[in-house]
Amino acid sequence: MDRRVFMKSGAMSLVTMGLSPSFLRRTAFAGELVRGAATHGAARGKTLICLFQRGAADALNMVVPHGEKAYYTLRPNIAIPRPASTSGAAGAIDLDGFFGLHPSLAPMKPLWDQGLLAPVHAVGSPSTTRSHFDAQDYMETGTPDVKSTRDGWLNRYLALQGTCEAGCAHPSSAPFRAISMTQQTPRMLEGPSPTIAMNSLDEFSVRATGPAADRLEALYRTGTADVVHAAGGEMFEAVKILRAANPQQYQPRKGAQYPASQFGTRLRQIAQLIKSDVGVEVAFADVGGWDTHVNQGSSTGQLALRLDDFARGVAALVADLGDRMADVTIMTMSEFGRTVRQNGSGGTDHGHASALFVIGGDVHGHKVHGRWPGLEPEQLYEGRDLALTTDFRSVFSEVAAKHLGASRLDSLFPGFAAKDHWLGVL
Amino acid sequence: MRACLICLAAPLLLTSACASAPSLSADAPSAPAPSSRAGAARFVIVEATEPREQTLDQQVQQVLNRMAFGPRPGEVAAVRAMGVDRWIATQLAPDRIDDSIATRVVATYGMLGRPTSEFVSMYTEVQRARRQVKQAAPDSGGRASARAALAQASPRLAMDARQSQRILGDVQSARLARAVVGDRQLLEVMTDFWENHFTVYAGKGVTRLFIPSYDRDVIRPYALGHFRELLGAVAKSPAMLFYLDQFQSAADSMHPTLASSARGQQAPTAAQRRRLASLTPQQRAQLQQRLRQTQQQQARRGLNENFARELLELHTLGVDGGYTQQDVIEVARSLTGWTMNPRGDAAFVFRPALHDAGEKRVLGVTIPAGRGIEDGEQVLDLLARHPATARFIAQKLAVRLVSDAPPKALVDRATATYLATDGDIREVVRTIVTSPEFFSRAAYRAKVKSPFELVASALRAVGADADTTVRSAQLVAYLGAPIFGHQAPNGYPETGEAWMNSGAILNRINFGLGLAAGRIPGASLSHWPQAATLERASREQQVDGVVQAFLGGQASPDTRQILMSGENPLAATLQARVGADSSARSAAMTPPRDMSMTDDAMTGAQRPRQAASQRVPRSGAAGAAVARSMGRQVQLSGLAQIVGLAIGAPEFQRR
Repeated sequence: MDRRVFMKSGAMSLVTMGLSPSFLRRTAFAGELVRGAATHGAARGKTLICLFQRGAADALNMVVPHGEKAYYTLRPNIAIPRPASTSGAAGAIDLDGFFGLHPSLAPMKPLWDQGLLAPVHAVGSPSTTRSHFDAQDYMETGTPDVKSTRDGWLNRYLALQGTCEAGCAHPSSAPFRAISMTQQTPRMLEGPSPTIAMNSLDEFSVRATGPAADRLEALYRTGTADVVHAAGGEMFEAVKILRAANPQQYQPRKGAQYPASQFGTRLRQIAQLIKSDVGVEVAFADVGGWDTHVNQGSSTGQLALRLDDFARGVAALVADLGDRMADVTIMTMSEFGRTVRQNGSGGTDHGHASALFVIGGDVHGHKVHGRWPGLEPEQLYEGRDLALTTDFRSVFSEVAAKHLGASRLDSLFPGFAAKDHWLGVL
Repeated sequence: MRACLICLAAPLLLTSACASAPSLSADAPSAPAPSSRAGAARFVIVEATEPREQTLDQQVQQVLNRMAFGPRPGEVAAVRAMGVDRWIATQLAPDRIDDSIATRVVATYGMLGRPTSEFVSMYTEVQRARRQVKQAAPDSGGRASARAALAQASPRLAMDARQSQRILGDVQSARLARAVVGDRQLLEVMTDFWENHFTVYAGKGVTRLFIPSYDRDVIRPYALGHFRELLGAVAKSPAMLFYLDQFQSAADSMHPTLASSARGQQAPTAAQRRRLASLTPQQRAQLQQRLRQTQQQQARRGLNENFARELLELHTLGVDGGYTQQDVIEVARSLTGWTMNPRGDAAFVFRPALHDAGEKRVLGVTIPAGRGIEDGEQVLDLLARHPATARFIAQKLAVRLVSDAPPKALVDRATATYLATDGDIREVVRTIVTSPEFFSRAAYRAKVKSPFELVASALRAVGADADTTVRSAQLVAYLGAPIFGHQAPNGYPETGEAWMNSGAILNRINFGLGLAAGRIPGASLSHWPQAATLERASREQQVDGVVQAFLGGQASPDTRQILMSGENPLAATLQARVGADSSARSAAMTPPRDMSMTDDAMTGAQRPRQAASQRVPRSGAAGAAVARSMGRQVQLSGLAQIVGLAIGAPEFQRR
């Protein structure tokens, strides 16, 4: 059976049962993590992996509008040559006759061919800010131009669709429900619902051996039942779950070759956790180096190197997850795009609309989504940037609703009539 | 990086012509010294008028854990000898306390005493040089090679670059060092409180350049002063002006400005003309294009409500303080023109050309048309004297000092003190810390320590020296609360629950184990005077000594038993339950890369901050190295093991 058809019918049956997939996953999870008990795709629940390209990735060289004449006029030195180019430099990898991928994104081309990859173009935040900090903040809180938002949109999802929504007994039965492979909790996951942020799986253990470790646990298993003891108890459970999953022995699936970068390592550990069935519903990682003001290069150069790491990491993650991609959606994002015109230093400055990728089994792939606004002078935003035709919240909310089963979109993205703007990415 | 420079300098460049030329001398720290202000403090010993629920031992612990960052060796005895009430009175008049130790320590952090103008010029020079180096060497992709190229181009600038990385680290380290070794403990607690209440995020643009002055000149001098003065200092500080965008707020096109001279039409200054002349035609064209873009953005920018909103919601009235969205707009209008000097010291300036000179109405009070800076001052007066502010501040102080849900009667009295003393913070604190509620049984150990409090109290308990590396401050970040690293303007939570989740507890436990294993500079067990005697004592005496020093002499029978022996029944049960995988634990864990601590700290201090675009420096960086070395397996036995367990114990997470 076609994977997508299977997923659709699977999701449909859940809707008719009136249950969110995440609830089902946690029910299965609560059953002492017996491997094999949760092998059915839908019952195992859904996972969303968010990858943030911090620094404003150059969308126009990532998903190249090679059918656009103005693209080549405005970027004489840094444009990616047309697919059939004979200029010597590698050309864009054609997708649909108009758009193409940067040659460094070649590892992701098979995903397009399999219908797993859906680029969205001219997408971003309606805020006019060109500050990295503010724009990232808005994208992570889900509230453009509102600085006072305290929590991240993904944490709001976790809190609203909490484990106890359907009357479960143990609200924290899935300590690894939300994980971030970062030193600090990212803004997107800040908020009341518990999350775990870590640099590396190796860190998630009590660093004492023998009796000292047991005594530490005993300290938290005795005494008053208060918030400190409760958190400690959960922690020791989580450590045990992880130990049982034995991530140290992890071997990626054959064919999954992660780059040796920090980004690659973190993606590998996300795959480890997902495949260990420790109940990951939401995972986050970020990768920097996209702020290419100077000498960004074309088919080769600075940006090409960043994209190479990015694409190899994502492709390895997808390969490693294998069949589980039926239940996983990967969504990439960057705070804004870059100027259409190259600047005097062979780079690009802060722009407006950007592009992102949605990847997964239930994605309407093999199609570049979003309305293309064009690059002629009158079509540009403020005469310099790619105009915005899709609000990032359209994509985020569609993924949250259709993939995770989020129902309270008005709380996730307050003041945004989410459903009216869906593109049909899923 | 370049963008950062533009976003700081460009809007200001356009508005700078009417400012008086900044001079270096004007930038020297000029705020009143804490001692001169504190000199006015009354030394009042408030004796208990009714019996206190806490025992005397508990009272000593209570004051040392709430008005200080926990006891250092010998301090419990000292407070007891002095008397709790007298100790409170002394802490409330910090200039009576010799602070030479802290002063000496702080002097070792090289970036601290320097004026902001040095940081600003260092920063702009380095940014300019970096751009040039990058343009000259197109293929220098990596940061390391860019650093090398910069070093080759100009050793002086390379040194500047290294130093500018240290600004934040030095402030963070000094903050912690003062808490650990300083004797003006209440002043330190209040500095921590206000820097969190008026939080700024070091990772936003160039904010970090302004933080040394923010700590030194803005918060500290007023931490026990009058709220209105503190509020005024904050509202005029470059750190806050920049962090909450107030510096770029201008009258929108609907309203007349005070000065009619249109921005952008001013003739360039002599310096600007000289610089323009030195550019190539291509560079000049670029600069002009950038200026045009900035002008367009400026024109569109207009009123920025960001600071006004947080001023009402977070700094003064509180979210339920009874103001409306219209009040936010009117406050923002009143504050237009409050901006900062574009170059030099980045100091506060009022620019009539940006000021909305129309009439405003704030909280029912009319702000007359045609005035200037007085509008903002009047708004701050209004807010500082507002009953909602009195209650909001009194409540928040009671939450910090007493419990997450302080008794209403106490908050009422603290509010009344605030209103009666025109917002004298010292007197509000005095009302709280001399109250029966402060010394109630319910308030004892009622608070969960924040990461900063946990690290500071653990270091104090072992009698640690000040850490001259950034490492200890990085541990605070590792535990989830980097100093000046909270992004949102609400600051870190004052209530305990937020700090308690599984990841946080794990890191706290590993921190305790690392400390006991001697992995923190200046804080090995050999600093603990009692250690030498206890090393040779019986297990029971060791446990008693540790419980006394780390757990305030009070541990549950279970805790004591667990510390005493590995053979307590519960531990045995757990052992059986965990079963086989427990014994396999060490084999299953791949020991992470072993890094020597000194090396970590060095690379941490010298590692360049990542580009401003990567929202990293929630820490002052190097967090990963800290986490790795905290993540090393620890083999503890004897006294060190008991100390490691005690710091990891639930009791030590509370104060």
